[in-house]
Amino acid sequence: MAAVTIKSVRKVFGPVEVLHSVNVDIADGEFVILVGPSGCGKTTLLRMIAGLEDISDGEILIDGRRVNDIPPKARDVAMVFQNYALYPHMTVSQNMSFALRLAHANAAEITARVTKAAQILGLETLLERFPRQLSGGQRQRVAMGRALVRDPQVFLFDEPLSNLDAKLRMQMRAEIKELQQRLKTTTVYVTHDQIEAMTMADKIVIMRSGHVEQLGSPLALYDRPENLFVAGFLGSPAMNFISGTVADGAVVSASGMRWPLPAALAAAKGMAPGRRVVYGVRPEHLRLGDNGFSARVLVVEPTGSETQVLLDLGGEKLTAAFRERIPVGVGEALPVDIDTASVHVFDPETEKRISPAA
Amino acid sequence: MSKAPLRIAVAIAWLAALLNFFPLAWMLLASFKTEVQAIASPPLFFFLPTLDNYRGIFAQQDYASFALNSIVISLATTLLMLLLAVPAAFAMAFYPGAKTRDLLLWMLSTKMLPAVGVLVPIYLLARDLHLLDTLAALVIVNTLSNLPIAIWMLFTFFRETPKDIIEASRIDGANVLQTIFLVLLPLVLPGIASTSLLSIILCWNEAFWSLNLSAHNAAPLTAFIASFSAPQGLFWARLSAASVLAIAPILVFGWISQRQLVRGLTFGAVK
Repeated sequence: MAAVTIKSVRKVFGPVEVLHSVNVDIADGEFVILVGPSGCGKTTLLRMIAGLEDISDGEILIDGRRVNDIPPKARDVAMVFQNYALYPHMTVSQNMSFALRLAHANAAEITARVTKAAQILGLETLLERFPRQLSGGQRQRVAMGRALVRDPQVFLFDEPLSNLDAKLRMQMRAEIKELQQRLKTTTVYVTHDQIEAMTMADKIVIMRSGHVEQLGSPLALYDRPENLFVAGFLGSPAMNFISGTVADGAVVSASGMRWPLPAALAAAKGMAPGRRVVYGVRPEHLRLGDNGFSARVLVVEPTGSETQVLLDLGGEKLTAAFRERIPVGVGEALPVDIDTASVHVFDPETEKRISPAA
Repeated sequence: MSKAPLRIAVAIAWLAALLNFFPLAWMLLASFKTEVQAIASPPLFFFLPTLDNYRGIFAQQDYASFALNSIVISLATTLLMLLLAVPAAFAMAFYPGAKTRDLLLWMLSTKMLPAVGVLVPIYLLARDLHLLDTLAALVIVNTLSNLPIAIWMLFTFFRETPKDIIEASRIDGANVLQTIFLVLLPLVLPGIASTSLLSIILCWNEAFWSLNLSAHNAAPLTAFIASFSAPQGLFWARLSAASVLAIAPILVFGWISQRQLVRGLTFGAVK
């Protein structure tokens, strides 16, 4: 177990800079998820921690030791690959014990560790099978077993669940989280799936185009996104954005509709009347209520646990998510309220969040 | 494909096969003729076969020593070539640089040069290094001349192996040699086998350097054939018998391994 420090790390491929001075502190035992759209540099960063990519500039420390020039095998990290990368010609047990055999561990210890990992992952009956004889979920477990057996300082996961079907993915998500909480091994996990990030991480690092957009606990990021990208990236369905201008303590959109603001935010620096802003409201912050606005229903999507409705509100299309089942048809009017305390405002130029003065 | 073009294609294939087979059949027949029968015109297809040519050859030349040289050269070349080509192809397949493609093409382009173009320098080098008429000279020259093809073939095979597996072994603590021997080679064994088979066949059939760099001590079977075409004039029947003896082993070998060979040569092209 160890802390991982990523200091001003850059990665350059020829003329292309794929990581621009990234800083991330990962505490001992923390579960950190790097998340972002494809091409954001998250996998490159993970591979740099693993030692599979050179570090162009800056440094990475594992347990206080600078690892820039240390080969992967000496970093004491274990990695789970997206397509599992099991050795096809070795049995499950041989796959799991490969690292230990290379390290000349004694036979009794190898057996003990493989047996233990197999028990944890429910692989006891599969130890003598070859990877080709396993299902996708089982292969996934073997890949984790291979990492587990080594008892490394850091676990690295590269989109480990993306090849599994939806149900299995949810199950493995819970298992990985539970395992990490039990072992308390520092974990860095890459995914493009914001739900995985939200549900599993102690800390999320949101990346875009080689930059860290924001990092923090899942709910902190969800409740206080620092910019438009983070606001739109986290949450499903995504946050609704409305362009407008500030006027009399509200945001006025093109149709003349007034979008309410909390008093503190309306008084914030940067909210001068006439200023162009982007108003953001999450689907669950639109509520049914009589003293609000009248919206027209465009699409109704009942998921069972909630009802998602695409609304036309003041000429803007908004998605709302209601906990209740609402007997409403397309084209009908629906009275909605905006949870004013939970709205967000962003600067359309810098894309940054505008906050009330502290 | 509809029927008519298919029939034409089959006919062309048969024609090509027969054209290929004809000289071999001719040679095999001639080897059992007397010299007079061998040059008869029109050619004889029915005659009383004789083993005189074979008896004469075994009396005149030491077939076994030529054959042994061929075997040693083929196997030693193939081993040496694998020793060089496997690490080279490994590096190119899994850690390609900006110029790897160019390097591969350049290596292949050396095969476009006629061997005779470098005859004089190679001959002089072999002479000055006291390697003329040694097995070492032929092994070295054959290795160098087959290396580009071997690297190309292995490169293609290696690239079929997911890079993740190689990286996983690095993270598991394997060094380069362990990665190659414990992870990569078991996975690409069919490719290694095909490459080796091809190398053995190419070495066995190699004549140009054998004739120019060997005299007696290191002469392989290709030189053995040539030795029957020289000073006494042309003896078709005996030359044919010598040729049959020279190619028979590799023909049998090729027959046995053809399935593996074909699979290897079309690997990656057909998936």
